Parts: sequence; structure tokens; C-alpha cells
Amino acid sequence: MIASSVIRKQRIILLILIVLILATITASLGMGASAVSFDRILPTIMGHGTFKDEFVLFSIRLPRIIITLLAGMALALSGSILQSITRNDLADPGIIGINSGAGVAISIFFLYFPIEAGSFVYTLPIVAFIGAIIATILIYIFSYSRKEGLKPVRMVLVGVGFQMALSGLMIVLISSSDNRKVDFISTWLAGNIWGTDWPFVWTLLPWLVVLIPFTLFKANRLNILNLNEPVSIGLGISVQKERVILLIVAVALAASAVSVTGGIAFIGLLSPHIAKQLVGPRNQMFIPVAILMGGLLLLVADTIGRSLLGNISLPAGIIVSLIGAPYFIYLLFKK
Amino acid sequence: MMKQQKQRTIPFPMKLIVGFILLVIFFTIAMAFGAADTTLKEVWLAIVAQGKISETVTMIREIRLPREIGAIFIGAALSVAGAIMQGMTRNPLADPGILGLTAGANAALAFAMALLPSLSYFGIMTSCFIGAAIGAFLVFGISMVQRGGFSPFRLVLAGTAVSVFLYAIADGIGLIFKVSKDVSMWTSGGLVGTSFDQLQIVIPTILIGIFIAILLSRQLTVLSLSEEVAVGLGQHTLLVKILLFIVIIVLVGTSVALVGNLAFIGLMVPHMVRAFVGTDYRHVIPMTAIFGACLMLLADTVGRTINAPYETPLAAIIAILGLPFFLVIVRKGGKAFS
Repeated sequence: MIASSVIRKQRIILLILIVLILATITASLGMGASAVSFDRILPTIMGHGTFKDEFVLFSIRLPRIIITLLAGMALALSGSILQSITRNDLADPGIIGINSGAGVAISIFFLYFPIEAGSFVYTLPIVAFIGAIIATILIYIFSYSRKEGLKPVRMVLVGVGFQMALSGLMIVLISSSDNRKVDFISTWLAGNIWGTDWPFVWTLLPWLVVLIPFTLFKANRLNILNLNEPVSIGLGISVQKERVILLIVAVALAASAVSVTGGIAFIGLLSPHIAKQLVGPRNQMFIPVAILMGGLLLLVADTIGRSLLGNISLPAGIIVSLIGAPYFIYLLFKK
Repeated sequence: MMKQQKQRTIPFPMKLIVGFILLVIFFTIAMAFGAADTTLKEVWLAIVAQGKISETVTMIREIRLPREIGAIFIGAALSVAGAIMQGMTRNPLADPGILGLTAGANAALAFAMALLPSLSYFGIMTSCFIGAAIGAFLVFGISMVQRGGFSPFRLVLAGTAVSVFLYAIADGIGLIFKVSKDVSMWTSGGLVGTSFDQLQIVIPTILIGIFIAILLSRQLTVLSLSEEVAVGLGQHTLLVKILLFIVIIVLVGTSVALVGNLAFIGLMVPHMVRAFVGTDYRHVIPMTAIFGACLMLLADTVGRTINAPYETPLAAIIAILGLPFFLVIVRKGGKAFS
């Protein structure tokens, strides 16, 4: 049984996170290259704004903010799942090569297939998913041994190797193509949130709407998988099957997020950790917190990146790495 | 016993000679193939003859020759650095690219280009040294604070995290100061545009580094067994470690200054070489230098020809070649990584 005090604590933390997210959204709406002053935001939302205010808010700021929030959530959920099924606190979709798998697929798609403006937005997450799932399958095969089953530690190491080689492959692809397309891919790689229009929101939202409840439904299984293999089998879980299903969910989430935001590492690592420290390691408890935390973190990173230096906007991926890497090292220390 | 006898059948000098012959063959191949087809005779003329003979000969002499000489020395430098790191940390996965040195040099390069745009080549090299040293200090510092040292697994993860951090800094600086094109030209440029002027600085530095490494190779062998053995045999381990550390930084810094980021070569070559000459670093280091040079020549030739007349970046080719090795090492390492 979960103590009611823990549940109350979780509720309070969730509430605080929602308030923080709303505050960040408000702050974020007013900041950026073409500012809308704060006292204009409310009237504009109510429908009394000037054309310029309305345009900036509804067509530029708002979609970007929503996408950032959703992508952060998806990455955090993906990281939570990965950490539980690999029993490894250091797993992250960026570090174990899922992002670079998606990156290679997107590069190939972008360079060698004719692109139709209308359907491009909707095919992109699928392409990213295919790339990421191929990379994941390869990583899984190479880290699986018949004698010992899946070794979590080996999986991370193999992932790191694949990440490097896939980045190499991407460079080969990029260098053999023409310049205009290269520009897009290189900003994509740096983790710039580029899909900043309403269609991108509609491509990202369904994944989350389906997969968040699904993961919470599986939370108890995740708890058990997070113990060791014999225990899971003893409790009557078909370990391989559950693990593969959840792995696919994690990959799908990461791929859909990455396809609109580019390569962002560390969000999937940080948020579950912070969440676990706040409400403990039970999956049904920390996953909701982690999801909101991920959204908040990416939103803050993007806001900082957009407004810190005036006209020059830094990709959110860079800001996240600058914050995330020291935290990762701190985690290594602590263990 | 069997193993010792087997090694005695081919004496080390013989293997060294075979290595040199291979190097000459690879060098010839690298000189002869490329975007512009040339004959062996022209290559010979370019190296031997004086004065102007034909346009092809001048092309080979001015463009291809410095480039391939650069490939030889950089390949040797990175591989030797990798061998030293693997010996020192007793970690089969150590590599300058994986353990943060390259990323550090990269970040320093970005700083240098942003703040001191008119820096000389020597200045750029110095900034790469400093950067490589900072990157290495971060990774090794983190690993040394921990009592008993890091497991290979942890060291690789710490290296990855530090690298991601330093690359983010480099990217950020590039964007803020609007030098990202120059920086990425530099770091992904590979051997393109290597000139004799650059080689004049690079070659002596690398030669000195490798020479010191060979002098210290006996101590390195002992150190690679275990720290206690080294102390027990009366070795001044701290001094040896510091010297080797400086050698690594000099070798890696010079390489980054010339070719940018190259992961994996320092990982692969020492492992290949150990299969031929065993684990004695007196043999491993010279052989590693030769093998590294061969591999680099091969990779550069592939990069120039696979998609001619465009160049395929060297870093990418080496990363793809390196993955199978990495996988094999991780597999063989088995229980060590927990």
C-alpha cells in the first residue's frame, strides 16, 4: 500500500509544478525577439488585442510553447520507462543512441525523398520512429546474451558506441548532399525547436494522449521489472514481452519528440531523477511528476535560450546540455 | 609457455619491419588515388625530382603530399595517446575522443576563435593543449575523487557527459560570436588544406611526444599491471603518470589543432596491435604508431575517393569503422563492466 502522506505529497508537488508551468508560459509569452508587453497578454487572449499582438501570440509564441512542453513531457516519460526497464539510473534516450537513430532516418528521408509540404509534418515522426526503433533493436541485439539475458550496463555502453557511429553516418550523409538541406539538418542536430506551428502540435499530441495513460496503466509492471529478473519471473511476469512492449513505447515517445525538437539529451535523464527524489521510486508516483518536470525543464531552457542574449537565440538543446551534464556527473558521484 | 614460444618465432624487429613495409604501401596507395587520377611515376617524380615538371606533379607535391604526411603523424599521435590512456587507466575503452580530451580542445578552439580572431597557428595549437588538458582533468579528476577509482563503465559515462557539456559550450560560443562556421570548418575539416607550414610545427611536437612515450614504455607496462606492483617495484608512479599525462595532452592537442575531432582511432589501434605483439608496451607503442598511421592513410584515401570530387569527413569514416571494435570490446569485457 502506498502511504497516504506520500500521495498527499505527490498531489502538492504536482500542483506546484502546474503553477510553475503556467507561470513560465506567461513569462515565455512575453519574451523573445518581438515582444508583447505583459499587460497586453490577457486582453489579447480574451480577444481584444491588436492584429500584431494576436499574430505574435497565437501563431508564433503559443504553438512553440505548447510543442516545447509536450516534447519535454514525452522525453521525460521515455526516460522514466527506459530507466525502469534497464534497471539503470543513467539511461536516457539521448545517451543510448535513440536520438541519433532518429536523426539518421530523418537525414535520409530529408535528403533522398521528395518532400510534399502538406504531408511532411505528419510523416516526420513516423520516419523518426522507424529510425529510432532500428537503432534500438540493434542495440538490444548487441547487448543481449543468451546466457545472461539483457545486461543493462552493457546496453548503455553499446548505446554510446552506436550513438557515435550513427553521428558519423549522419556526417557522411550530410557531406554528400547540397548546402541548403544541410543547414536545416545541422540546426536540427543542435536541438533547435523548429517545428513551431500548429500542425506540429497535432502530430505530437496524439502520441502523448495515448501513451501516458498506457504507461501509468503499466506502472506496476514497471515497478516489478525494476527489481531483478528472477524476482520478476517469480511474480509471474513474462519479462521479455513486457520489456519489449515498454521499450517500443519509450522509443515511440522519444522519436516523436525528437522529430520536432531535434537532438535534445538529458531531459529524459534529469526529470525522472528529480521526480524520484521528490516522491520516491514507485512508478505510479514518480511518473506523473517526471512528466510535468520534463515539460517545465524544456520550457524553461527554451525560454532562456530565446531571450537570454537578445537577438541571438540559442537552441534549447544546448541549454539543456549545459544544465544536464553537470547534474549527470553529480549522479555518477553520488552512486 | 606455448604463448612465449610462439612469440619468439617472429622476433619483434621483424614485425616492425613488416609494419614499415605496410606503411610504405599504404602511403603509395594514398598518394596515387584521389579525385584527380595520377600514375605512380608522377608520384615518384613529385617526391624525388626538383623543380617544376608538370601540373599533376605540382598538385601532388603541394596538396596530396603534405596531407598524407599529416595523416601519418596524426594517426600515430592519436593511437599512441589511446594506448597510453588504456595502459594508465587499465581501461580497455579509453580513447581521447571518448574521455573528453577532444571535446575540451574543441571548446578551447571555439573560445580562441571568438576572442582572438587573429591568432597564429601556434596560438591555436596552444589553446587546443589547454582545452584538452581541461577536458582530461575534468574526466580524470572526477574519476580520481572516487575512492578506488572508477569502473571502466563509469569512466566512459563521465567522459560522455563531460564531452556533451563541452560540445554544448563550443556550440553556444560559436552561435553567440557568430564563428560557428569557422569552428565547424576547423573541427570537421579533417586533413583538408594541410600545409607544409603547419606540418613544420606539428611533426616535431608529435615526434617528441612519441619519443617520450617510448622512453617511458617500460614503466607504462608495469603501471598497466597494477598500481601496487608499480610501487612495489620502486617506481615513482606519480611522476610517471604526470609525464604520461603531459604526453597525452600534447599528442591530442596537436591532433585536434590539425584535424579536429576524431573519436575511436585511439581505441581501435592499440587493441589491434596487442593481438600481434602482446601486451608489453615497449612493443605496443612503436607498433601502435605505425598501425595508426596506416589506418589513417587508409581512412583518408577512402574519404577522398568514395564520393569524389567531394570529401567524406574523416571523422565519420573512422566512427563507422570503429563501432564494430567498440562492440567487440564491450562484449569481451563481459563482467568487468558493472
